[in-house]
Amino acid sequence: MANSAASSNLIKSETGDWELVIGLEVHAQVTSKAKLFSGAATKFGAEPNSQVSLVDAAMPGMLPVINKECLAQAVRTGLGLKAQVNLRSVFDRKNYFYPDLPQGYQISQFSQPIVGEGEVVLNMEGGETVRIGIERLHLEQDAGKSLHDQDPKSSYVDLNRSGVALMEIVSNPDIRSARQAQAYVTKIRSILRYLGTCDGNMEEGSLRADVNVSMRRPGAELGTRTEIKNINSIRFIGQAIEYESRRQIEVLEGGGEITQETRLFDTKTGQTRPMRSKEEAHDYRYFPDPDLLPVELSREFVDRLAEDLPELPDQKTDRFMADWGLDSYDVELLVAEKERADYFEEMVGGGAAPKQAANWLLNQHLGRVNKEGVAFEDAPVTAAANISILKMVDEGTISGKIAKELYDLVWETGDDPAKLVEERGLRQVTDTVAIEKVVDEIIAANPKQAGQVKAKPQTLGWFVGQVMQKTSGKANPQAVNAILREKLEIAED
Amino acid sequence: MSDLTELTLATARDGLRARDFSAREIAQAHLDVIDAGNAALNAYILPVPEIAAEMADRSDVRLAKGEGGPLEGVPLGIKDLFCTRDVRTTACSHILDGFTPTYESTITQNLWDAGAVMLGKLNCDEFAMGSSNETSYYGPAINPWRREGSNAPLVPGGSSGGSAAAVAARMCLGATATDTGGSIRQPAALTGTVGIKPTYGRCSRWGVVAFASSLDQAGPITRSVRDAAIMLGVMAGYDPKDSTSVNIPVPDYEAALVGGVKGLKVGIPKEYRLEGMPEEIDTLWRQGVEWLKSEGAEIRDVSLPHSRYALPAYYIVAPAEASSNLARYDGVRYGLRVPGADIIEQYENTRSEGFGDEVKRRVLIGTYVLSAGYYDAYYLKAQRVRTLIKQDFEKAFEDVDILLTPATPGAAFALGEKSGDPIEMYLNDIFTVTANMSGLPGISVPAGLSGEGTPMGLQLIGKAFDEETLFRAGRVLEDAAGDLAGPEDWWSVA
Repeated sequence: MANSAASSNLIKSETGDWELVIGLEVHAQVTSKAKLFSGAATKFGAEPNSQVSLVDAAMPGMLPVINKECLAQAVRTGLGLKAQVNLRSVFDRKNYFYPDLPQGYQISQFSQPIVGEGEVVLNMEGGETVRIGIERLHLEQDAGKSLHDQDPKSSYVDLNRSGVALMEIVSNPDIRSARQAQAYVTKIRSILRYLGTCDGNMEEGSLRADVNVSMRRPGAELGTRTEIKNINSIRFIGQAIEYESRRQIEVLEGGGEITQETRLFDTKTGQTRPMRSKEEAHDYRYFPDPDLLPVELSREFVDRLAEDLPELPDQKTDRFMADWGLDSYDVELLVAEKERADYFEEMVGGGAAPKQAANWLLNQHLGRVNKEGVAFEDAPVTAAANISILKMVDEGTISGKIAKELYDLVWETGDDPAKLVEERGLRQVTDTVAIEKVVDEIIAANPKQAGQVKAKPQTLGWFVGQVMQKTSGKANPQAVNAILREKLEIAED
Repeated sequence: MSDLTELTLATARDGLRARDFSAREIAQAHLDVIDAGNAALNAYILPVPEIAAEMADRSDVRLAKGEGGPLEGVPLGIKDLFCTRDVRTTACSHILDGFTPTYESTITQNLWDAGAVMLGKLNCDEFAMGSSNETSYYGPAINPWRREGSNAPLVPGGSSGGSAAAVAARMCLGATATDTGGSIRQPAALTGTVGIKPTYGRCSRWGVVAFASSLDQAGPITRSVRDAAIMLGVMAGYDPKDSTSVNIPVPDYEAALVGGVKGLKVGIPKEYRLEGMPEEIDTLWRQGVEWLKSEGAEIRDVSLPHSRYALPAYYIVAPAEASSNLARYDGVRYGLRVPGADIIEQYENTRSEGFGDEVKRRVLIGTYVLSAGYYDAYYLKAQRVRTLIKQDFEKAFEDVDILLTPATPGAAFALGEKSGDPIEMYLNDIFTVTANMSGLPGISVPAGLSGEGTPMGLQLIGKAFDEETLFRAGRVLEDAAGDLAGPEDWWSVA
C-alpha cells in the first residue's frame, strides 16, 4: 500500500531530497443519542455535568452496557471506508489516571477492533489519484474535560463528554504531503457526513486528528516519528505538518536525532512543542474488559446495514464523471459535501449545462459562501436563481461579467434574477448600430492609438475595454470585437 | 421474643404469612440480638434499626391484606459490598468513607421487591479481599464459634465474614454475600452455615462494588439449604444492566429440594486430596461420600488434572482485574480525599491512606502482571490455565452430575494466626477458587465439627446453571450431618 514517492512531493534541500511520511489517527464522535456504554445524552454545549450517568461518573458497582446503535454506526463507517468488518471484536481497558477519566481506564479496542483494513481514494488537484490505506477503525470512550480557568487553585471537571462514543480511524503511513493529509481528512469527514455517522463538526470537537510525522530520504527506512495531538481544523493540520517537517529536517540536517514524542500544535504561534514527558511515560496495561462480552455481529446484520448505505462520495464522483464528463478534481470538490452535490444536481436537473454549472458553483457561489463565512445551506442564492443566471448568459441576455454582478445583487436582495435584469437595465447591448456609434466615438477621440493598432494588434484589447466602460459592461463583447476589427482593419486571428 | 431469631428463614416466612407474629416483631427480635451482641462480634458495621422498622411496618400492612412477596417481612443482613440507596456503602474500605449511593444494587432491589427487611450493612474484608475478615477497615468480624475450652477469638472466614457470623449468631435470617475465590463458601464452612456461589451470570453484579469482574458472583449465606434455595431464587435473575448476566429463567429452587440423590453420579476429584491436609478434613470428606452413597448416589473417581494451577492463576487474574477496577477510587468524585500539592500527589495521598495493606498488595500484583513485558507471561498464561480448568470440569461432567470436595483445608483459625503470611491465607481458597475460575456453581454445607469443636463444611460443585442439583444433594448432606447444635451464646450482653 506504500505510496511511491511522487517526486512532486519531495522536499528539496541543500543536502538532498527529503520525503515526508504522515499517518493520521482521526477521532470522530459517533452520531448517536446516547453514549457508548450508558444512556446519558450527548448533546453539545449542555451545562457542565448535566449529561452524566452513574456509569459515566464511575460510581462504585456501575457496569457498562454497549449501545448497539454505536456498533451499527461503526459498521456503517467501516463499510463506507471499504474496510473489513470484523464480526467478532473485543473491548479492552486502557488504564491510566487522569481526573477527567473517572474509571481510571478508557474502554477501547486494542487487539481486536470492529473494523480492519480499508482504503480511501483522494482525487488531487491536477488529476493525480492517491490511495491511502486504512489500518483499522475502533470504538472507544471519550474522556471528560478538565477546566483550569474556573478557580485560581483548583481544576474543575466536566464529565458531559465522558463516555461519548468515538471512532478512531487509523491510516497507514501512506500520506506524503500536508496537502494530501488535508485532502485525506476532508475525504474522511465527507464520507462520515454522507453516512450520517459523525457530524464532522471540527469546531465543536466532533472530529479531530492526531498527526504522526517523520522524515526520510527517498527510499530509505522510516524515520523516527513525532505525534502531534488533537488538531481540530484542517487548516491547522496543514500548518502543523509544514512546521513539523521543517523542524525535523533542521534537526536532522544539523546532525541531531528526532525524539519520539508527543507534541502540541500552538495555533497562535503556528509551532509545535513537546508535551510534558510525564504524559507519555504510560504503560496502559491493556486487557480485555471483563465487564463486557466480546461483540459478536451476524453476517445478516452487516449485510442489512450495507444494503441501506446511501450513495457515497466516490460513487457520486464516478457517476458525475461518467454522466457529465467532469474533471475529477472538480467533482471531488463538488461531492465533498452532500449539500453541495445535491445543489449541483438540482442545477443540472433544472437545465444548467454541467460543466458551466460546476464552474459557476465552485467559483462564484462557493467563493461568496466562503467569503461570507456562512454555512452552505444558509446561502441566500438558490439553485433555481443560479440556473436562471446561467441561462441568461447562455442566451446572450447578459454578459459573463454582468452575471457576476447580478449574482451579488441576488445575494443581497434575494430578488428574482430575471426581474433584477429588467429593473436595473442589465440586459446586454447586442444592437450593432448602438455599438458602432460608441466605437466611432472612441476611434475619433483616440487617433494616436488607432494609428498604432494595425502594427500592434494586441493593443485591440484597450479599445475593447474603452467600449465596455462606456457601455457600463452591457455591450456584447463578441459584437464589440467584430466591429472594432472591421473599423480598424485588423484581420481575425 | 428471642425465639423468633431461632427460626429458619423458611419457617419465619411461613409464620409471617400465617400472621403468627408480625414483621415488626421479628425484625425487632433480630435488632435486639444485634444490639446485645454486635459489640463482641462486629458482624454489622452499620445496623439500620429505623429503616428496618419502617420496612417491617410496610410488610405488616401488606401481610395484613394477604399480600406480599416471597420474602415478605423476612429480616436480612446485607454485605457492605452491595450498594444500598441512602445507606452508607463502603466495601469496608477507608477510601469509601461516607459514600452513600443514590442507587440500589439489582440484587438488594430484588430482595426488597420480594418484601425482605434490611437490618443493616455487614462487615467484610476490604473490597472483599481476604479470607478472615481481618482486612476490614472496621476491624475484624468475630466467629461466634470458639474452640472447646478456649476463649481465643476465631475468624469467621472471609471475605463475607460479617455475613457468616451474623447468620450463625442469629443476627439475621440470611445474609447477602459475594464470592470471588471462595468468599461465600469458606466463611459458611467456618461458621457452620450454608453458602452458595451460583453460576457466573446467575446474579446481577450491577451495584455490587467490583473486586474481580470475571469472578465475582453474589449469593446467600443462610442456616439451611432450604433457606439458601429460597433466598437465591429471589436474588437471581437476568439483568440487562449487567452485560455478563445470563438471560435464562430462574427455576423454583425450593421445589427442587425434593428427590434425594438416588442414581445421582457423584464425582470425587482425586487432585483435591492434598498432601499435608488435616486428617479430619479427609475423614469428613469420606464421611460425605458415605452419606451420599447410602442415599443411593453412585460414586465415581474423576480427575481434574489442572487443579493445582488454579490458585496461582487465580492470584494473577483476580488482582489484575482488581488493579483496574479499583482505579476509580481516586479521591476526585466521592469517598476519601487526602489533598496534595498537585493531582498526582492527591492520588498518592488518597490511595496510600485509603487502601489497606492487602488491597495495596493486590493492586501492585495486578499492575505488575498487566505491565508491558509481563502481560504474556502472567495474565495471558493465567487465562490459558483458566481455559484448561474449565475443560477439566467439562470433561469430568461428561461422567458425573456433581462433584464432592472439602470446602476448606481446615476449620476456623484464630485471629492473627494467618494474617502475617499472605500465602498461608491464600491457601484457604484452594478448594473453592476452581468454581470461580470455571464459573461453575458451588455450595458449602456444614458437615461436622472438628476436633476443636468448630464447624467444617463440604462443598458440592455442579454443572453450569444446575444449582437445583446442588440444593438437592446439599440437603441430603445437611440431613445426614444433623444439627451442629450451634455455637453457645457468649457474645450477648444483657
